[in-house]
Amino acid sequence: MTEFSKNPDRDWIKQRLIGASICILFVFVILFLRLVFLQIIKGEEFRLLSEKNAVRLKSIKSSRGLIFDRKNRLLVDNRPSFNLKIVLEDAGEVEQTLKKVADLTLIPFEELNKNIHQAGKGAFYKSISLKNNISRNQLAIVEAHKFDLPGIHIDIEPTRHYIHEKMAAHLLGYLGQINIKELKSGRYANVKAGDPIGRYGIEKSFQRYLQGKRGGRQIEVDANGRTIKVLKTVDPIAGLDLHLTLDLNLQRLAEKLLINKDGAVVVIDPNNGDVLVMASNPSFNQNDFIGGISTKKWNILMNDSGKPMNNKAIQAEYPPASTYKIITSFAGLEEKHIDKNTTAFCPGFFKYGNRVYRCWNRNGHGEVNLLDSLEQSCDVFYYQTGDKIGVDALAQYASKSGLGKRTGISLENEKRGLIPTSDWKVKRYKESWQGGETLSVAIGQGYNLVTPLQMAVFISAVGNGGTLYKPRIVTMIKNSQGKVIENIEPKITGHLPVSPETLQIVKKGLFNVVHGSKGTARRIRIKDVEIAGKTGTAQVFSIKSGEKIDNEELSYFLRDHAWFVSYAPAEKPTIAVCVIIEHGEHGASAAAPIAGELIEYYIKNLSPKVKLGN
Amino acid sequence: MFDRRLIENFDWGLVILIFLISSVGLVILYSALTAGQQLTDGMPVLFKKQLVWMISGFVIMMVTLIIDFRDLDKLNIFIYVICIGLLISVLLFGHLGGGSRRWLILGFARVQPSELMKIALIISLASVYSTSVSQTGLNFRKLIIPTILCIIPFLLIVNQPDLGTGLLLLLIAGTITMFVKVERRVFFAVTFIGLATIPLVWLFALKDYQKFRVLTFLNPDRDPLGAGYHIIQSKIAIGSGMLTGKGFLKGTQNALSFLPEQHTDFIVSVLAEEWGLVGCSILLILYFFLLFWGLNISYTCRNMFGSILAFGVTAMIFWQICINIGMVMGLIPVVGVPLPMVSYGGSSVVTNMVGFGILLNISMRKFSSN
Repeated sequence: MTEFSKNPDRDWIKQRLIGASICILFVFVILFLRLVFLQIIKGEEFRLLSEKNAVRLKSIKSSRGLIFDRKNRLLVDNRPSFNLKIVLEDAGEVEQTLKKVADLTLIPFEELNKNIHQAGKGAFYKSISLKNNISRNQLAIVEAHKFDLPGIHIDIEPTRHYIHEKMAAHLLGYLGQINIKELKSGRYANVKAGDPIGRYGIEKSFQRYLQGKRGGRQIEVDANGRTIKVLKTVDPIAGLDLHLTLDLNLQRLAEKLLINKDGAVVVIDPNNGDVLVMASNPSFNQNDFIGGISTKKWNILMNDSGKPMNNKAIQAEYPPASTYKIITSFAGLEEKHIDKNTTAFCPGFFKYGNRVYRCWNRNGHGEVNLLDSLEQSCDVFYYQTGDKIGVDALAQYASKSGLGKRTGISLENEKRGLIPTSDWKVKRYKESWQGGETLSVAIGQGYNLVTPLQMAVFISAVGNGGTLYKPRIVTMIKNSQGKVIENIEPKITGHLPVSPETLQIVKKGLFNVVHGSKGTARRIRIKDVEIAGKTGTAQVFSIKSGEKIDNEELSYFLRDHAWFVSYAPAEKPTIAVCVIIEHGEHGASAAAPIAGELIEYYIKNLSPKVKLGN
Repeated sequence: MFDRRLIENFDWGLVILIFLISSVGLVILYSALTAGQQLTDGMPVLFKKQLVWMISGFVIMMVTLIIDFRDLDKLNIFIYVICIGLLISVLLFGHLGGGSRRWLILGFARVQPSELMKIALIISLASVYSTSVSQTGLNFRKLIIPTILCIIPFLLIVNQPDLGTGLLLLLIAGTITMFVKVERRVFFAVTFIGLATIPLVWLFALKDYQKFRVLTFLNPDRDPLGAGYHIIQSKIAIGSGMLTGKGFLKGTQNALSFLPEQHTDFIVSVLAEEWGLVGCSILLILYFFLLFWGLNISYTCRNMFGSILAFGVTAMIFWQICINIGMVMGLIPVVGVPLPMVSYGGSSVVTNMVGFGILLNISMRKFSSN
């Protein structure tokens, strides 16, 4: 064997290089022949195709996933809509064509023209939407004149449709056209300019499941832009369907009961955290957002003092008021500051230092124990108990019970609420905690803030023996063929920080709230159904100085918020209800009856006609 | 330091060829970039950028002449390790664009380390092979190190993901290995193992979406709204150029933004549409001369490392031309490989200029033998 180190054998190298040269030559000959084939042999044919710009791509919209309630009732679907479109290249004199369209359809010229400007440069061959969802009359007249309207065509495309207008609007959400910033963010795969995306509620948080995938066609068109031949088609893939935990009829009943009130209702199945109802009033019509909401309607929504665009169930924070006494009872019993037999004397007020803290009942409750205090919502008993527990121990029980933090529901912009501690106050206000503030906190006033959903999850846990569930809104995700893609199982997030004995005592007290002779919610008793609950009346302090509100409104906005949290049947609950009515004044009179109606309807499995009237 | 002989041996022919190809490239690029725009818009930004890249590439090329190419033999591990480091940092903090991480942002410019990796790999392979080459061909043991040298950057680049550049790297490495010759049984064994592992990788290693990507890559018609559509438009553009083309700036396919990536990967279709078969043939002939020049440098070099290095650089240029033009004409799968000195792209221009620098370097030192 000849050894080559640095000095190669020239002949050997030459031989290898000749081989390489032949390969190169061979490849270049192939490339050249291919050019001859394309440019000379088929050149004429390709020249013609290029002059007509005949081969184009046409996108096919996918239809968005459907949304069902827990009993497979359809809540949201898609309806075909006739969308008026233009391809600029084929339109000739664009302005003239648009004027003709405007004359025929009576759609203002400016409205049509606006969309062309938005489409921008380089969009000669793309279909630009001029007006979505035109009427059948407009469709007929455009079709009749189609040979006078070069470049104009009508696409039948699926469009979102909310079957029960305004129903569960906050939960379901709505759609809006994707904007340039969102397109560039890269967060939305498979979405093109002009496509709708979820902007709120489930439509937003489950966007990637619901959206589906666009399809398209390679088509050959004639000089007027009309399709002569479909070369290839890729079918669009429909979005995935969602099955919700929502109960359509119960939701509608809750919304009916909220009419003319500002507030929220959350109903949860205490055995798995399923959200049966999430209602917030005032509300909005999702169908108004299809194809862009008008400025006028938007302004009305934005200027409404009831904040219709807020989902009060998860985004509004209120002082928990007397419903918080459940937490104070937990802490008192567990920390052994009180037991079942501890009593307090309520003269209608409690002196602390040089200040007087009032009980809601100016006449006083007299000698009361824990059960009496829950039943009658005696403030004095809880002032004393809270004082013994201290704010930081109390906060621990509240946090472990799921308050002051997000429940983790699959919706965006959920608020945390607030559970104050002495450290928090130092950080926030640079002031130390005052003993008197503990008294306010112990009865749920002061800095405490909770959301209705948090209270619903909490009262569910009280009812079910102490298990905190993550509220579930979607149980199942299926594809359009009905195949289950994903099952979402109930998820336990924690346990109430109390012993079974403690829980038993408190549950007895909550039972008495409805069934005791002096119970604050005794008027909502229903035949054959045992309900347990707690009323609350949250003071509204915060009228900012300088805000101008006329007298009539002032009195409304000063009224207290009414709470009622409850579950039924008291022994083994199947439903938990949380109601808040803003400025409803008394929990017992404004909130509790709503919960009572919902519980009755659900447990007695009434026909929808009885309550909904249709 | 600078021998007078070096100036005398300066390869003016190669420089002129590079200059001619670059000029053709700039003319086509100008056309591709001004497509559908008013002439009053002035010179397109990307055109200016490409000019800057070409000039800086030229300067870098001249600078590389100072270093004797034989020093690269000693520096090869150093260069290789730096490029691998760059590839790893791309995966860690690279700039995400079009679904893959290929670029590093270095203040003023985006750098594509996978481009530089080609040169580094060629140098390393030339260095390893120059000591192990024998007339009977390489055996298995001598292929272990070269294989490792290829696999590391290949995996890193495919992970970006940039399948095209990854495969190009393997093609260049494979060509160099074939050039230095392997034993016949090694050749058959490697071919067999390669064919046998494909089904295994397909069945067990690839996920569904990756399979789809590979299938689309092999057959663009599977993706009629993406790659398939691009190929049709590209074929229409090329074919419609016919013998003499539609004329400078007169391409309709080009002007109406029908062509995808018309200033980068699909730039040949602009040339073909506006200058016809005549224009394309001129570019092919220029490329052919360039490649032949490269092989000639490899032949005349009296140093084994230099010969293999020159061959490797030539192979790199060859495969880019072959894959790019083949793809645009619908002969081979759609891969993002730029056309040397014609496609827009800073990293590509600089890499090719460095390659030419190496060729010039070897050419002017060909008479010194050790």
